[in-house]
Amino acid sequence: MGKAVGVKLIDEYGRRHDGRLPDQMRPVRMRINVLENADGSALVEYGRTRILAAVYGPREPVQKFMALPDRALLRVRYHMAPFSTEERKSPAPSRREIELSKVIREAFEDIILVKYFPRTAIDIFLEVLQADGGTRTAAVTAASLALANAGIPMKALVAGVAVGKIEGQLVLDVDEIEDGSGEADMPVAYAPDIEKITLFQLNGVLTREELEKGLDMALSAIRELVELEKRTLKEEYVSTEEV
Amino acid sequence: MAQRTIVTPGDKLPGDVEAKEPYVVEINGVKVATTIGLLDTSGEKPVYIPLQSIYVPKKGDVVIGLVQSVGVVNWTLDINSPYNGVLPASDFLGRPYNPATDDLSQYLQVGDYVKVKIVAFDRTRNPLLTVQDKGLGKIVDGKILEVQPSKIPRIIGKKRSMLEMLKKETGCEIFVAVNGRIHVKCPDEDRETILILAIKMIERQAHTTGLTARVQGYIEELKKVKGVE
Repeated sequence: MGKAVGVKLIDEYGRRHDGRLPDQMRPVRMRINVLENADGSALVEYGRTRILAAVYGPREPVQKFMALPDRALLRVRYHMAPFSTEERKSPAPSRREIELSKVIREAFEDIILVKYFPRTAIDIFLEVLQADGGTRTAAVTAASLALANAGIPMKALVAGVAVGKIEGQLVLDVDEIEDGSGEADMPVAYAPDIEKITLFQLNGVLTREELEKGLDMALSAIRELVELEKRTLKEEYVSTEEV
Repeated sequence: MAQRTIVTPGDKLPGDVEAKEPYVVEINGVKVATTIGLLDTSGEKPVYIPLQSIYVPKKGDVVIGLVQSVGVVNWTLDINSPYNGVLPASDFLGRPYNPATDDLSQYLQVGDYVKVKIVAFDRTRNPLLTVQDKGLGKIVDGKILEVQPSKIPRIIGKKRSMLEMLKKETGCEIFVAVNGRIHVKCPDEDRETILILAIKMIERQAHTTGLTARVQGYIEELKKVKGVE
């Protein structure tokens, strides 16, 4: 939340406050099939950031007037649980949550093959259980896994990661403390299989060179994240191979 | 050796792969998988089998519907698909129908299962259903199982081998609907339990090879445990 006072974010050995190197991600964990009722679900952790994703659909839209004649309606709800932050967050959707729901929805609009299911709705619910920076990018990763788990046809898997600038240095996967006192924060979501950036935001100031270098860092990290997504999806079947 | 690999959304497939849209689409001239599936390269042509699928109604399909609501002139049926089916009252009753004198909830109530055929579906309107054919109508006995629609071909098996084996081993009547619902009628409860466990096993291991023999062994084992002839 507030700025960390007196904390050195990068020490003399080039290590960050939690011991990571500048281009190192937090430990990532992914699980699918975590909910019984949802058509697809996933739990994704980037360090202490923890996101639960549930996907329903395609199904009849709850409000029929919202149905689109030529494609499926995509709805995304990004929400932070009241207990996810240090200070209680009001459960009512905030300005920020509405915006993030929109950018995450746009990150999937060109990925999901919505034209095969006209007049239906696909709902993605993203619940931040624990927030420690990078929730929107972890939410994109969780949504991508949950969609694949639900069997909704999509062009490629997507993953997200944020690049930040702290004390003049570019770092990968910023957490809460680094985000609060850093100079810039750049979340990126990318689909490596079709080479498409689906989410790109920048908060703060970066030079052109920094932006290009930061983007390279993000994309190579995302490639690894998508590989992990694929492994997670496959493991579900490999584990039942011999019973 | 069986040449089967699991593919995930975004994985590139060989150009001559045999598959249906939307499970495989072409992006920039390259065939790409859109769901989790199996790529089988043991045959002459590589085949893509989706491990997960969404049932899209097709004209002529016989499906099992669940009555969701009773309207004034029709019933709305959940057919395990993104689109709900519409069953007109005059079709079900087989005679002209007057909403002023007839109450539809007398015939079918919410929660009833009905075996229906899809008459028409074109994506601009919800599928129209009928019961005017042999063997169709309200299901009054037995049990309904629900499995993923993508596992249905496996439950039927090559040349109906799996289904015939299930029928022979358990002595149950089985009707498999393409929308992922299975109607089973068994002589006793033990056989019903065995059949349900076997179908659950097929659903869980649908992507593995040599399944029919394994399921048969499993049923024989269960029969011994339960003491069923």
